[in-house]
Amino acid sequence: MNESVYRKPEDLVLRLRGITKRFGDLVANDAIDLDLARGEILALLGENGAGKTTLMNILFGHYVADAGEAHVADATGALAPLRGGSPHASLLSGIGMVHQHFALAENLSALDNIALGTDSLFRPWQQRRGARRKLAALMERSGLQVDLDATVATLSVGERQRIEILKALYRDARILILDEPTAVLTPQESERLFGTLRRLARDGLSVVFISHKLAEVMTISDRVMVLRGGRVVADVATAGTDGPRLAEIMVGRPIPPTVRQSMEPGEAVLELAEAHVPGEHNRPALTEANLTVRRHEIVGIAGVSGNGQAALSNLICGLASHDRGRFELFGRAAAVGSPAQMIAAGVGRIPEDRLHDGIVGAMTVWENLLLEDYTRPAFVRARFLRRGAARANARRIIEAFDVRCPGPEAPTRLLSGGNIQKLILGRVLNRQPDLILANQPTRGLDIGAVTYVHRRLLEARGAGAGIVLISEDLDELLTLSDRIAVLYRGRLSPAVATEDVTIRRLGLMMAGHDAEGSAADAA
Amino acid sequence: MRLEPRSGVPVHLTVLAPACAVVLALALTAIPLLWADVPVVRAYGLIFEGALGSQFALTETLARATPLIFTGLAAAVAFRARLWNIGGEGQLYVGALTAVAIGSGAIVAPPAVMIPMILLLGALAGALLMLIPTVLKLRLGVDEVVTTLLLNFVVLLFVSMMIEGPMKDPMGMGWPQTAPVVDAAALPKLIARTRVHTGLILALAAAVAVWVLVNRTAWGFEMRAVGANPAAARFAGIPVARVMIRVGLISGALAGLAGVGEVAGLKGYLTLDLSPGFGYSGIVVAMLAQLNALAVVISALFVAVVFVGADFMSRSIGVSSYLANLIVATSLLTMLAASLATRYRLRWR
Repeated sequence: MNESVYRKPEDLVLRLRGITKRFGDLVANDAIDLDLARGEILALLGENGAGKTTLMNILFGHYVADAGEAHVADATGALAPLRGGSPHASLLSGIGMVHQHFALAENLSALDNIALGTDSLFRPWQQRRGARRKLAALMERSGLQVDLDATVATLSVGERQRIEILKALYRDARILILDEPTAVLTPQESERLFGTLRRLARDGLSVVFISHKLAEVMTISDRVMVLRGGRVVADVATAGTDGPRLAEIMVGRPIPPTVRQSMEPGEAVLELAEAHVPGEHNRPALTEANLTVRRHEIVGIAGVSGNGQAALSNLICGLASHDRGRFELFGRAAAVGSPAQMIAAGVGRIPEDRLHDGIVGAMTVWENLLLEDYTRPAFVRARFLRRGAARANARRIIEAFDVRCPGPEAPTRLLSGGNIQKLILGRVLNRQPDLILANQPTRGLDIGAVTYVHRRLLEARGAGAGIVLISEDLDELLTLSDRIAVLYRGRLSPAVATEDVTIRRLGLMMAGHDAEGSAADAA
Repeated sequence: MRLEPRSGVPVHLTVLAPACAVVLALALTAIPLLWADVPVVRAYGLIFEGALGSQFALTETLARATPLIFTGLAAAVAFRARLWNIGGEGQLYVGALTAVAIGSGAIVAPPAVMIPMILLLGALAGALLMLIPTVLKLRLGVDEVVTTLLLNFVVLLFVSMMIEGPMKDPMGMGWPQTAPVVDAAALPKLIARTRVHTGLILALAAAVAVWVLVNRTAWGFEMRAVGANPAAARFAGIPVARVMIRVGLISGALAGLAGVGEVAGLKGYLTLDLSPGFGYSGIVVAMLAQLNALAVVISALFVAVVFVGADFMSRSIGVSSYLANLIVATSLLTMLAASLATRYRLRWR
C-alpha cells in the first residue's frame, strides 16, 4: 500500500534506499526506502522491535547498515551520500536527534549544554556571547523559550526537551529526529511541542517523529510510515488514513477495541483517609490522601511521574508505611510495611519498574513465577521446594497468560518486555487478589501486549477485584478507569467519574490547576 | 565478531570450558617459565608427579584440599547471595582457636562427645565472627568487603596474643603455640601414617549439604533471589535482612570448620602459620567453581594439586613455588573468560 506522494526531487532532504541491518538471525531493517521532503513532518510508527530506532540510529551514525545507501541534502539542497557510522558526519550533514532519554549534563547551564562540544574550547567567553546571540534569534524564530542560564537539574522535563531541540537547531539541523518525544510530557506540553514542530516545519525543517501513539501521529504528521518486523508496511499521507486503520497495519491484525462495561461497585477494598506517607530519597510525600476503591472498580491515578506516585504505590505494595491518617484494607486497618503481609492479605502488585522490582532476571521463569508463593504449602514441604509442583504451576500460568518463552526453565532475562509483564501479571492474578495495584502496567509495551494487559485488568475487575491504576497514559486511564484522581505534588484530588472528565481538564489538573482551571497553591 | 546470550548452557560446555581454561592457563604460565629458561614440560611433569604421582603425594593433596573445600564453600554460599565475605581467613582462625581452647584439656570427655563439640563450637565461633560485618552492613550500610577483610587482621593479632600469652603451651619450649589437642578431640586419620583425616569426609558432606541447601530448599531459593536481584526479592516479600544474616552465619560456620579441621585433624596445635591463606584461596576456589558447591570440591582439588605439586617441583628443580600462585591466578582469569563463553555464543559475521 504505497501511496507515495509525488515529490519534486529538489525538495528531498533525505533519501534512504534499501537500508538493511541484521543482528544475528534477526533482520531489524529489511530493505527500507524512505524519502523526506523539506518542511515535512514524517511519523515513523511501529511496535517495539519493528525497527524504528534501529533505522534512526543508522541515520544518526550509531550503527552501520549492512546494505543500502543514504543521501542527505547539503546546505545548497543537493543530495550527497552520507558517511555511515559516524554521528559527527551526521551532525555535519544537518541531522539532529533528540533521544528518548535526554543527553544533558545536569550540573551545567542550558547554554553550556547547547554549546557543549559544538566548537573548539578555545576562547570560551567570546564563543558564549556568540552562542547567546544565535540562540536568542533561534528562540525568537522557533518559539522555544528556555532560560539559558538555568542549571539543567532545576528544569522540568518539557524544558529539557526544548533544550535538546535547541541544541539540534543550534547545530543547524535541517532534519530533526525525535524518538518518542511525548512519552514524558503532559498533554499541554505535548500540544506546545506540536505547535513548535509545525512552526519549525513551516520554516523548512524536516521532522521525523518516532512514536507508537496513534492519536498524536494523526495530530502532528503530514505523512506516516509504518514499520513492522523491520519492513515498511505502509507509507501514506496522514490525511488519507485514520487511527484504527493505522493500528491494524502496525500490528498486522485487527485490534478489538477495549470496552469497559459499567458495573455496580461492591464494598470498599481500600480506604485511605488523610493518609500521609513520607517520600523516599527526596521524592515527594503523599500528603493527606483520601481515596476509596471498591470491588468491581478501577480507580485511575493520573499525574506526571514524580508527584507522589512512588509513595502511594509503596504504601499499597507494603514497601512504605504511613505515619499519619488511616489506611484500611478490606475494612480493617492494614498491617503495613511488609510486602509479604500485603501479598498474604490479598493485594496483587504490579510494579512500575518491572525489570528492577518485578523479576529476578538471572532466575528461571518458573522460579520467578514462584517468587510470591514459595512459602505456600503447595510449593514447599519440610523446607524443600516442591519443584515439580512449582514447574507444573508455572506451565499453567505460561499457558493461561500466553507468556512466550522457550519453557519454564528459560532464564527470565531473555524474555521480551511484553512477556515479562505477562509473567508478572500471571503471578499476580493467579492468586486472585481482591485489590490490585497496577503501576504503569503498560509502559513501553506493544499495542498487542497493551490490549492484553487491559483485557486482563478488566477481567479481574469483573471478577470482583478493586484496582488502583497509576498511569501517565491518559488514553489508558480514560479507557480503563471508572473514576480518576490526579496526583500533583503529593496531593491527591478527589476521584471524579471518568464520564465527567476531559483530557484537557486532566491535563490542567496534572499541571497543578484545580478542577475549575485556576492555579492551586503550590504548597 | 559479537557475543550473543545463550538461552541454556549445553552440558558438554560446562565440562569442556573449565578444562580448556586450565589448559590455557598452563599455556600462558609457560611464557614466563620459558623466559626464565625453565624446562616447561619437565616442570609441569614434576607438579603432576608431586601432587598425584604416589600414594603419599595423593594423600598430601587430599589433606591440602580439605580446608580449601570448607573455605571455598564459605565463599561460594556468601557470594551467591552477594554477601562479600572476604573474612574466611579470620573465621578459620577463630574456629581453630575455639577448637584448641576446648579441645586441649579444658574439657575431658570421650571422642563421641569431644569431636562433635569442637566442630559445633568452632563453626559457631566462625558464624558469630561473620555476624558482625553482616549486621553492620544491614544496619548501617557498612561495606562488608572492608570489614570482613580487616577483621582478618584483628583475629590474627588476637590469636597471636593468645598463643604468646594465656594459651601458650607451657611444654612448648617457648615456641608461640598452644597446647596440643587431646587425643579424644583429634579427628581420626582416614589412612594411617598420612595426613588425610576425617575432615575430608566432613568437607565432602558439607559440599553436598550446601548444594542441596542452595538448589533445593526454600532458604536457598531466597538466597539466590536476594543475590540476583535484592530489589525484586524485597518486593516479592522475601525477608532480605533475615536471609543475609542466615547466609552470613552459614558462611562463617563453614570457614570456622576449616580451622577446626586443620587444628584437630592435622597440626594438633595452633600456631600463627596454621593457614597459608586458606581463607583467601577459598575465594579463588569458589570463583573457579562458579559458586557451585559441588564444583567447589573439584576446584579445591585442582588448587591443592597445583600447590602441593609446585612445592615438589620447587624442591626438585629449584623453580620458586610461587609458580603455583601464578598458575592459580591465571586459571582464575581464564576461567572467567571460559564462563563468559558458556553463557554467550561467539558469532562471526
